[in-house]
Amino acid sequence: MQQWNLFSAFFRVGMLGYGGGPSSIPLVHKEVVEKYKWLSDDDFGDILALGNSLPGPIATKMAGYIGYRVSGVIGMMNAVLATILPTIIIMIVLITSLNNLRDQPWVAGMTQAVVPVVGVMLAKLTYDFFKKAKIQLGWIVTILIGTASLLLIEWAGVHPGIIIFALLLYALVRPMRRKETTPINQQEQSS
Amino acid sequence: MNLWKIFIAFFIPGIVGYGGGPASIPLVENEVVDRFHWMNVSEFSEMLAMANALPGPIATKMAGFIGYQQGGILGSFVGVIATVGPSLLLMIVLLSLLYKFKDSPRVKTMTNLIRPVIAILLGIMAFQFFYNSYDTAGWMQTAGLILVSFLLLEKVKLHPAFVILGSLIYGAVFLS
Repeated sequence: MQQWNLFSAFFRVGMLGYGGGPSSIPLVHKEVVEKYKWLSDDDFGDILALGNSLPGPIATKMAGYIGYRVSGVIGMMNAVLATILPTIIIMIVLITSLNNLRDQPWVAGMTQAVVPVVGVMLAKLTYDFFKKAKIQLGWIVTILIGTASLLLIEWAGVHPGIIIFALLLYALVRPMRRKETTPINQQEQSS
Repeated sequence: MNLWKIFIAFFIPGIVGYGGGPASIPLVENEVVDRFHWMNVSEFSEMLAMANALPGPIATKMAGFIGYQQGGILGSFVGVIATVGPSLLLMIVLLSLLYKFKDSPRVKTMTNLIRPVIAILLGIMAFQFFYNSYDTAGWMQTAGLILVSFLLLEKVKLHPAFVILGSLIYGAVFLS
């Protein structure tokens, strides 16, 4: 029964979580705090704060951890699968059927038309990330890190993961100044 | 060994994909298109469009689908596990430990510092997509599609799923 509740709670989160992570956070809250009362409000807030400071998609981190709290490793796997499996299956079916029609001219047209639209979405994300970076770091640091990583990735062929790791490491070991500006509390974009 | 490649391709974005789903898109592209050549840019963008139009986390949708393409059901599982496994384990292990530091400026600095890098990666991708579109559909069609989809997404605030659907219909009718 508990496993079934876990599955149905996170199945709903996965299927209704449109528009990425932030949209699924209130859904998770609704299921685990309000409906099933597995967690208190404070617990939920703590899990969210920590989830936001770790890499990887937020929805699956929350599902996995809450599943684990409710009923161990089985619960963890159950909740994660309920969150992601339905949409993966839909996607495989959709794209596979599209692939079988690949030689049709109208399918080729569809493929062409969608590329710039996705480009616009990516450009919007680019802008969002820069804007957030500017708020937190200021123009100078943002442009410095941005330019340096552009040169390293495009001209020196450095793997982006290495640059990201180096920055994470620096954040961990750098000497802290006494006066820290407190960043505005904000939800990370994750999906 | 293909399963191992699938694991690596999604393990890296899963571990360094800081700041959520959108952050992992260019990292996945880096592995799948540039390193392993499983897809070209236009196949990748098609998949991304489809993934964006469906609910649920973007990173796992990409991992599940590409894993399936490269190694069937098992490949799909490997991709998904590589994406969510590392961060999930970390989360369970670190939760007790990090509770104390959740307001630590260090942890916040980590997220802040890598934001410009992610922005650059996304920017490079956007450029690749535009260039690819200019290459295949010509600049008139590309500019038109960019303008209309930008207005619909940002000004009308139409849901991306509808914009993508609209562009698919447009392409089927006018670009075939």
